[in-house]
Amino acid sequence: MIAEMFRKPTKWSVMRTLILKDIDDLIIGSLGIVAFISFFVGGVVTIQTALNISNPLIPKYLVGFATRQSVILEFAPTFISIIIAGKVGSFITSSIGTMRVTEQIDALEVMGINALNYLVFPKFIALMLYPFVISIAMFLGVIGGMAACVYGGFSTLEDYITGVQTDFIPFHIAYAFIKTIVFAFLLATIPSFYGFYMKGGALEVGKASTTSFVWTSVMIILLNYILTQMLLS
Amino acid sequence: MIEVNNIEKSFGDAHILKGISTTFEKGKTSLVIGQSGSGKTVFLKCLLGLFTPESGTISYDGKIYAQLSDDEKRNLRAKMGMVFQGSALFDSMTIAENVMFPLRMFTKQSKSEMEDRVNFVLNRVNLPDAHHKMPSEASGGMQKRVAIARAIVNKPKYLFCDEPNSGLDPKTAMVIDNLIQEITDEYNIITVINSHDMNSVMEIGEKIVFLKDGIKAWEGSKETIFKTDNEVVTDFVYSSELFKKVRKMYIEENE
Repeated sequence: MIAEMFRKPTKWSVMRTLILKDIDDLIIGSLGIVAFISFFVGGVVTIQTALNISNPLIPKYLVGFATRQSVILEFAPTFISIIIAGKVGSFITSSIGTMRVTEQIDALEVMGINALNYLVFPKFIALMLYPFVISIAMFLGVIGGMAACVYGGFSTLEDYITGVQTDFIPFHIAYAFIKTIVFAFLLATIPSFYGFYMKGGALEVGKASTTSFVWTSVMIILLNYILTQMLLS
Repeated sequence: MIEVNNIEKSFGDAHILKGISTTFEKGKTSLVIGQSGSGKTVFLKCLLGLFTPESGTISYDGKIYAQLSDDEKRNLRAKMGMVFQGSALFDSMTIAENVMFPLRMFTKQSKSEMEDRVNFVLNRVNLPDAHHKMPSEASGGMQKRVAIARAIVNKPKYLFCDEPNSGLDPKTAMVIDNLIQEITDEYNIITVINSHDMNSVMEIGEKIVFLKDGIKAWEGSKETIFKTDNEVVTDFVYSSELFKKVRKMYIEENE
């Protein structure tokens, strides 16, 4: 499927429109839910970290440090990707699957159009902007943590900012974005596969969406483990 | 001309097409008829290149489809127009965008040229004011006419229709039949229609191929179908009392 996606490309003037539409649907359309979840989960991570640090010898700035590490290393790239697998993945499977059921894909193929290139390639390119979503998730997660920390009275703003700046390793950002790119590839291809090759009717579209979510999540979790082992250990 | 030579197609253990041979000529409206499950849709999808027969050949103007390169196949398909049973309009596009789609994909026309052509074909199918509607806002008959407009907008050499009348009232069905017949004559193209609508058979069947259980059981025209003694055909075509009477009247008038 992936090789076929790059063969016989669609006219650029048409493809450009499709890519912009998919950027709007898949990336811009996900920003709201990503921002909301990131801000509040960042806050929860901070509160739980603060509540579990009872030893007075542990400095208060550790709350900011722990929040930053949790958000950048795991929460933003992995947890958000699972959520996006539900939102974007099921959208991709159901929209392509519905096109299959209603013979719209057959119509493309009859016209001599490479349906995989026409339908999947723009989603693939759009999701290459996925690291942009994750960088917003990282930023808002840390900001959410700061709000919860300061307004919850767990430590001062200065302590939190000191914690966020402590022992910063730039490679952790690279690690997070490497994972994000791999997950973006999974988010574009697995749901497209289940939508494009589905058979049946409306009920099967629903089943395909569920199956694609399950397999995308499983692959994200597995590759998260493998990449972490490879890059950090 | 489209020449079908002894094609066979199976799905697993189900042997759907069992050695069908026939020809479809330019400027003629040909109908493939038969009961549900007789293999009509599979046959049409083989003609379209969506299914590959296990044996036998299909040739378009002397070129065997299976022997064409991928690029040649795509170029050939660009010359085909198809009206699907469910219309298969792209539901994210307006009616005008649907009709313009083949022009955007396969021509280098300017936007105004494309708009002129879209206006022309939408007028041709009697939908002069439907440009900005979405397919979901159009009735079944309108959707079929839009599908016909999309199929002919790029001046195809071959027009295929899968049950274009299904789900339509008799009057709208007749409008669609006549439209397809007129377009076939006007553009001098090869038109192949899958149908089990006997009104279509009687009205526009310049050539009729009757399939039963994946076998070509009979071949003729709307004139000869009245006279045939082939029991398989008469059982199917004249299963209703109305058509029995029509046949009787036709035979009496022509004796």
